[in-house]
Amino acid sequence: MTGPLLRTEALTRVLPGEVPVTLVRDVTLEIGRGEFVAIMGPSGSGKSSLLYLLGLLDMPTSGRIWLDGQDTAGLDEDALAAIRLRHLGFVFQFHFLLAEFTARDNVLLPMRRLGALSAREASDKADALLASVGLAEHAHKHPSQLSGGQRQRVAIARALANDPKVILADEPTGALDTRASASLRDSFHDLAHRKGCSIVAVTHDPTFARAADRILYLVDGRLQPPERAAELFQLSIR
Amino acid sequence: MIRLAATIALSHLLSRRRQTLVSLLGVTLGVAFFLAVSSMMQGSDADFIKRLVDNSPHVTVYDEFREVRPQPALLSFPDAVVEIRSQKPRAEVRGIRQYKEKLALIADMPRVRVAPVLVGQAIVSFAGKDLGATINGVVPELMTKVSTIEEHFVAGSLETLASDTNGIVIGTGLADKLGVGMGKNLTVTSPAGVVRIMKIVGLFRTGNAAYDDGQAFVLLKRSQSLLNRPNVANRLILKLEDPDLASSVAGAVEAAVGYKSQSWQEASQDLMSLLKIRRIMMYSVVGAILVVASFGIYNVISTVVLEKTRDIAIMKSMGFHARDVLVIFLIEGAVVGLAGSLLGTGLGFLMMLGLSRIEIKTPFNTEPTSLPLDWGLFPVALGVGFAMASALAAAYLPARKGAKVHPVDILRGAA
Repeated sequence: MTGPLLRTEALTRVLPGEVPVTLVRDVTLEIGRGEFVAIMGPSGSGKSSLLYLLGLLDMPTSGRIWLDGQDTAGLDEDALAAIRLRHLGFVFQFHFLLAEFTARDNVLLPMRRLGALSAREASDKADALLASVGLAEHAHKHPSQLSGGQRQRVAIARALANDPKVILADEPTGALDTRASASLRDSFHDLAHRKGCSIVAVTHDPTFARAADRILYLVDGRLQPPERAAELFQLSIR
Repeated sequence: MIRLAATIALSHLLSRRRQTLVSLLGVTLGVAFFLAVSSMMQGSDADFIKRLVDNSPHVTVYDEFREVRPQPALLSFPDAVVEIRSQKPRAEVRGIRQYKEKLALIADMPRVRVAPVLVGQAIVSFAGKDLGATINGVVPELMTKVSTIEEHFVAGSLETLASDTNGIVIGTGLADKLGVGMGKNLTVTSPAGVVRIMKIVGLFRTGNAAYDDGQAFVLLKRSQSLLNRPNVANRLILKLEDPDLASSVAGAVEAAVGYKSQSWQEASQDLMSLLKIRRIMMYSVVGAILVVASFGIYNVISTVVLEKTRDIAIMKSMGFHARDVLVIFLIEGAVVGLAGSLLGTGLGFLMMLGLSRIEIKTPFNTEPTSLPLDWGLFPVALGVGFAMASALAAAYLPARKGAKVHPVDILRGAA
């Protein structure tokens, strides 16, 4: 299929309440296949909220989202969950691994839920994914036995388990040291350009953002035009 | 998915070992006590009903009617508007009319045994002591087929009456009160003024003091002459091969002979109601144990849901459905319920084994008896079913809460 992988049109999210809060305002964007996009902006600008909308974890108040040409408006919870399982992968600031499971079992979770592979195939794939993030010898370890960077890499391996079309990352380097951040940046770059997996990453880290193909800038929930985004990015480096 | 859900559920339970063990122990003890107590109650109910059925007639035909028969004046003038006072009412002749024909009619029914009895009151005297007694005129050969009285004889037998027409059989209670024994002569005086000297040819002891103190057996013909009611019987006693059919047989007999026929169930309605109430009380108490045990399950699963909210959020973001989360926590409840039920069943049987070894000596039994227990599968099925139902109900509330977790709320809070 041609055309953008992810497309939004006038996406708006308002938190209802006595005083309604607009998290995302009228965002229209397109993310291409194999494109690495960073979303930046000040705290509270709606970056994570936009990411949750793109990840179909939250429902827009108005506007629409197309994933690989499929309109997601009007889909029920189960259908959205099925899309997330099959086509989306998430990496969060905090790894969010299941503490009782080993690294391999954590990576196996999405595959076992999807049920497309045999137990043996899934196990081999989990080992291969862990090896691809440099954790082949740590597959049997529990999250508590791994460092912060290693846990985040397990989370990436888990996000890749079902060969998603898009990886959505929320402050993936937020809890990592410089070296681990660089390694993660390289991993994302490699995923996008060599494996054709689109990456959308929310970040405060300009060094990380610089590795992206495109930087989007949000202010008060509104997507800034490219020129203004470039200016704001420059300002954020200073 | 079920295997994956079970894996996650087990990992949750194992992550809180101590709490899981406590709730498991609760269910185990609940099921064990449920089993032991309900087996004891079911057993004693069955034993009680067996004694009731064995020791009383299955159907009794009385010399009376369900509805009082109208007087001839009313039958002659059913639409009369004037009441005639001081008319002489028709007197009912007590006793079952043409009882021999009715006896033959009932005896022809399949799987039914029947015996006639003439019951009346008399004064039994010995050495200046006068005591009231109920005289049962019986045909020994028929009576032994419908009654268990023979099993309670301590001396002589009912059959002896057949060879000694002046013989009388009394209870040991009555004998003790009169101070008489086997072979002694008693003076029996009926309300009709007939006096007979009768020889004690048998003594029985049923253990029921009222019966042993007040009942006596003589030949039917002797009681007819004593009570001055020749060729009359006022009871027909039926014993059935299947006591459970007593109600329908009683209905058929009543329709055939016209006299009131009462089944043992109808005669013991108060006792049956009492048993029912006792059963409800018992199940309420032992059921409460399981309900309390289910609070333990609720507690452990609620805690797990609370602790694992973040995991639920991440699983849902991965693509797990709300019902997957529900299933995971329901499996946790089911695992605790099932494991507790299995352990509880084992422990319950051990308790029943212990109870069955307790020997009780009753005043009227020389042989010690053990507690009546029901070893059937019904109490097990009931206990396990109840435990599983309460475990799932206890798990459902926190499971539903877990299933409703909105990932964004949790992810936003954690970020």
